[in-house]
Amino acid sequence: MRALLLRDLRLAFRAGGGFGLSLAFFLMVAVIVPLGVGPAPATLALIAAGVLWVGALLAALLSLDRIFALDYEDGSLDLLATSPLPLGGVVAMKALAHWLTTGLPLVAASPVLAVLLNLPAQGYFWLLVSLAIGTPALSIIGAFGASLTVGLKRGGLLLGLLVLPLYIPTLIFGAEVVKSGAAGAAIGTPLAALAAITAGAWAGLPLAAAMAIGANLR
Amino acid sequence: MRPACCRYPDVLTAQNVAVARAGVMVLAGVSFCLNAGRALILRGPNGAGKTTLLRAVAGLQPIAGGVLTAGEDDIAYGAHSDGVKPTLTVAENLSFWAQIYGTDLAASAMAAMQLEALANRRAGQLSAGQKRRLGLARILVTGRKIWVLDEPTVSLDTASVVLFGSAVQAHLAAGGAALIATHIDMSFAADELDITPFRADAHAPVLSGQFDEAFL
Repeated sequence: MRALLLRDLRLAFRAGGGFGLSLAFFLMVAVIVPLGVGPAPATLALIAAGVLWVGALLAALLSLDRIFALDYEDGSLDLLATSPLPLGGVVAMKALAHWLTTGLPLVAASPVLAVLLNLPAQGYFWLLVSLAIGTPALSIIGAFGASLTVGLKRGGLLLGLLVLPLYIPTLIFGAEVVKSGAAGAAIGTPLAALAAITAGAWAGLPLAAAMAIGANLR
Repeated sequence: MRPACCRYPDVLTAQNVAVARAGVMVLAGVSFCLNAGRALILRGPNGAGKTTLLRAVAGLQPIAGGVLTAGEDDIAYGAHSDGVKPTLTVAENLSFWAQIYGTDLAASAMAAMQLEALANRRAGQLSAGQKRRLGLARILVTGRKIWVLDEPTVSLDTASVVLFGSAVQAHLAAGGAALIATHIDMSFAADELDITPFRADAHAPVLSGQFDEAFL
């Protein structure tokens, strides 16, 4: 399992691995939005939480089809499926590698981008917390979506259509944590719901994704 | 009940096995047994169902009928494509699979397939034949008893085919077994099974509606 995680991380950092693409995309979203809605600080402060979370969502989506597609194309997925590793474990490790290479950099970069969007200072901490808790759910839900479309030529668009609706609960509660936190209100309920979605997704989706891959490899 | 051919302790047995691909029956009534120390070559024209049968043996798809018996965790599957990561070096590719299978055979496999000089080369820079040799070295790395190989000699030159033959012979001598689909003549003694007579009626209904539990 650890070998698979390390291999995926190594592949992500090698040439063409795609590390940094999602981060750059996240940066572009945060830079472009003020150009679109105008520079008024009050307007930006109002939408900052939502824009940052939507940006994180789209940035995660961008790299999802790489999770299984490359391994499917070069035959590695067949070989992993016949290896001693349980397929659910393979899914979980690949989703974890995806989070470490896309989700974690987004979390780390988010306070800098929050400055661009004039997020109230109180909200910085809660932005970090909500992204740290919420983005792992984006990776595992995305891995599940990728397992459904593995083997489809140009399944990327379909993948987006499948996965974005499943991201909605995470988006709602994640943005709510930041908004309430920035306003100094209680964040207990949305934070608990956000954590529950992440925990539930990681508990159930690796097995579901493993079944989908098993069916797609036939 | 075993097929009559199985006089010796066998490691892989197929009895009346039927396989389907994309909802169409491909083969039916295939029976064979593979004994330790033996190799079985599957013959048949393109589209006869060799790959489908091998994928079923490897556990990648459910069989549509009959019984397949093999020891648990005995099978190493080598597909058409090598599963080689182009941005990893030859040594990194092999040591990854050695870790997955929990063996320390990466160095010896590299020696057996004469890949040592290429150890630090990115796999993406290898020629097709060298890449194939890396794929075959991966099979050696698994340390598994039954090799299930699909067209292992594609894009190999004559010398590499001999190299592959001696690797298989060494594996058989060590008590292993091999099930190989190929069109060429191998340099080692092997039983042959032509699967053409087992071609199923394509309009026959696929019987098995069972959920495939191999992936749970």
